[in-house]
Amino acid sequence: MHRFLSTFASRAKPCRNSFFSSIPNPSSSILCGFSSLCTPIKGWRGFSGESGGRESLLYDVVIVGAGPAGLSAAIRLKQLCRERSADLSVCVLEKGSEVGAHIISGNVFEPRALDELIPNWKDEGAPVEVRVSSDRFLLLMKDRALPLPSPFDNKGNYVISLSQLVRWMASKAEEMGVEIYPGFAACEILYDKDQKVVGVATNDMGVAKDGSKRETFQPGVEVKGRVTLLAEGCRGSLSEKIIRDHKLRDKGQGQHQTYAIGIKEVWEIEEGKHKPGSVLHTVGWPLDNNTYGGSFLYHMKDRQIALGLVVALDYHNPYLSPFDEFQKLKHHPSIKSLLEGGNVLEYGARTLNEGGFQSIPFPVFPGGAVIGCSAGYLNVPKIKGSHTAMKSGMLAAEATFRKLAEGVPMESYWDSLKKSWVWEELHKARNYRPAFKFGLLPGLAISALERYIFRGRLPLTLKHGKPDHEATEFAGLHDPIQYPKPDGIVSFDVPTSLYRSNTNHEHDQPAHLCLRDPAIPELVNLPLYAGPESRYCPARVYDIICFNSGMYLMKSMVPSFR
Amino acid sequence: MKIMVAVKRVIDYAVKIRVKSDKSGVEMSNVKMSMNPFCEIGVEEALRIREAGAASEVVAVSVGPAQCADTLRTALAMGADRAIHVVSGSLGPVLPLSVAKILKALVEIERPGLLILGKQAIDDDCNQTGQMVAGLLKWPQGTFASKVLLDKEKQVATVEREVDGGLETLSLDLPAVITTDLRLNQPRYATLPNIMKAKSKVIKKVTLEELNVEIKSDLEVVQVTEPPKRKAGVIVSSVDELIDKLKNEARVL
Repeated sequence: MHRFLSTFASRAKPCRNSFFSSIPNPSSSILCGFSSLCTPIKGWRGFSGESGGRESLLYDVVIVGAGPAGLSAAIRLKQLCRERSADLSVCVLEKGSEVGAHIISGNVFEPRALDELIPNWKDEGAPVEVRVSSDRFLLLMKDRALPLPSPFDNKGNYVISLSQLVRWMASKAEEMGVEIYPGFAACEILYDKDQKVVGVATNDMGVAKDGSKRETFQPGVEVKGRVTLLAEGCRGSLSEKIIRDHKLRDKGQGQHQTYAIGIKEVWEIEEGKHKPGSVLHTVGWPLDNNTYGGSFLYHMKDRQIALGLVVALDYHNPYLSPFDEFQKLKHHPSIKSLLEGGNVLEYGARTLNEGGFQSIPFPVFPGGAVIGCSAGYLNVPKIKGSHTAMKSGMLAAEATFRKLAEGVPMESYWDSLKKSWVWEELHKARNYRPAFKFGLLPGLAISALERYIFRGRLPLTLKHGKPDHEATEFAGLHDPIQYPKPDGIVSFDVPTSLYRSNTNHEHDQPAHLCLRDPAIPELVNLPLYAGPESRYCPARVYDIICFNSGMYLMKSMVPSFR
Repeated sequence: MKIMVAVKRVIDYAVKIRVKSDKSGVEMSNVKMSMNPFCEIGVEEALRIREAGAASEVVAVSVGPAQCADTLRTALAMGADRAIHVVSGSLGPVLPLSVAKILKALVEIERPGLLILGKQAIDDDCNQTGQMVAGLLKWPQGTFASKVLLDKEKQVATVEREVDGGLETLSLDLPAVITTDLRLNQPRYATLPNIMKAKSKVIKKVTLEELNVEIKSDLEVVQVTEPPKRKAGVIVSSVDELIDKLKNEARVL
């Protein structure tokens, strides 16, 4: 029952590199949802109130999210226009203050989709340069590391910064005539009288903390399109709503989505220790045998490395703190020596999909489609989702073009997905992650069987375990975990890390986190689960304050650092 | 009356800057750039004066490489009528005196009644350009403005300035130079429709040769280093030890 934060719908000038994570939205909700202030009318109203008379902008295609999927779709659309001498107007809305601001990913990049989209990407100056030079896999124990054969095949792949790649893609898209507007979050879905999606509306700006209009108030704007593509990434607010309202999971592969949280730091390390292209993955310590997850350490260029821990959100122990597990990880001898003498450049965290093949929803709804991680195409055993997200965007663009130019229904997108290498790849990878519901060692054993013997050809598909939120066990069944204090050299406390996330929110704006029922933290979270929200958020936005009278208050703090 | 506003493209205020390892400057690649916050306040003030009817046109100007156009587009999206980009090409950062000379040349062409600048840029914190250009033009100046009132008929600007001792009110005969301080106003958000319209507005490009201005830099950046890390405090055990440390270590007694 881990309830993470809902997306920060930001104003026009938020942070450059934003922290955010998002959570599964359960029926038995504990946190998350809407406060009593906002009454949902025809979709998530946010704080628009009586916003009649908004300006309307019209496009052929509206894409929400300037990430790998959204930009691939935009570029592909313009390519098709050029090939068939058509002219479609494409608008991409991006909530980050600049393109790439909200992108966070490992990233060992498989260039398959990029090769298809822009074959001469190298000449065009794509920031894809550092080839993978070595690929190690370690099973960590408290003070030792056991090398295991690497389950990955990263030959031909590159270590990149996904945010830089996305920025480059945006410049290519703009060259082709795509209009990209960073700093504008799509916060509401627009419907016509037949309940067909006709576009989105951006958030009102200049709203005070109490919901009133400030001096700088500007109402949101309606951006309408003949086709709307939602490319918001994992747990996208509008995407989740659409998936729920149109029961897209049932219509698709049928299973619920499962999630993990990735916590990442970018370090600049000492010259002699840096080996560009070096790739390391670990499993085991500090996570126990019942918690799925592992770490990654990739050497980029300029003495920079990307280091992170991924923890699946179906962990049982409510006392687990992914942030503190990450800090603990950095003290392992295999990792600590690399970091000493270096300094942290950035910190961030984000959720990822782990449901893979079994959780793919039917992506088409009346008026558009859900693409990229909003639907969920991450290949868990490969831990790569960028290439499949891009391909899903490209296929959606082709389906969109067929719809607008030839009248072919958008449902052709589902068919083309099923015929593509995305489907084949995810099908082959489908049994790895679900195998771990039996535990770490059985999971590793089944994974080895899958990899070396069955290669996905087994005629059975393992189902996922319980939904993540049902996997948390009562606090009484577990012991609190004593995490070591940060040493300030290799491990840090939350405020220091948050400062490095470049998260910067204006104080006087409505809280981004709304509790559907503010009583539940006190009635359920605290007594039964020892208040896990105070531990599961890597930004510690939830704080439980105990008063002498025995009463508890759950405070939600939106951090703001200058 | 025309108002000219000078804007500068700087590293975004929220970015954590890093010094390059060769100490030649601050890391600028892959870093978010924005309009200087004080310049935004300047644009906002110019727009408010125009909206109040005391001016007819707001012209935004900027000096710098090609990417300055983005900053000028932001000014246009906020509501500026025209924009002029003085291309400085590969000359590197243009220093305040040079910018002041360029602005003087532009003022002589455009003949605005008011020149508004931010009090300082957040990258160099010079706080010089406004004062220098006022000196070159021999115009009155109201710096660190926290309030501006324009009297159209009398052609006078009343400027409330934030000074160390409090607030000082000056009356300036137009044309004049005003530099903005933080509390002057809250800049408006550029709305999506305005950003779209700004994309198609023309930004006039001007070269240094056309302005007849020669830039020679008489300053050279020798080294850029981070400030020394703050040392941990020391807990003293007695008043005598405190006095001893104040006398012999801190040397303040």
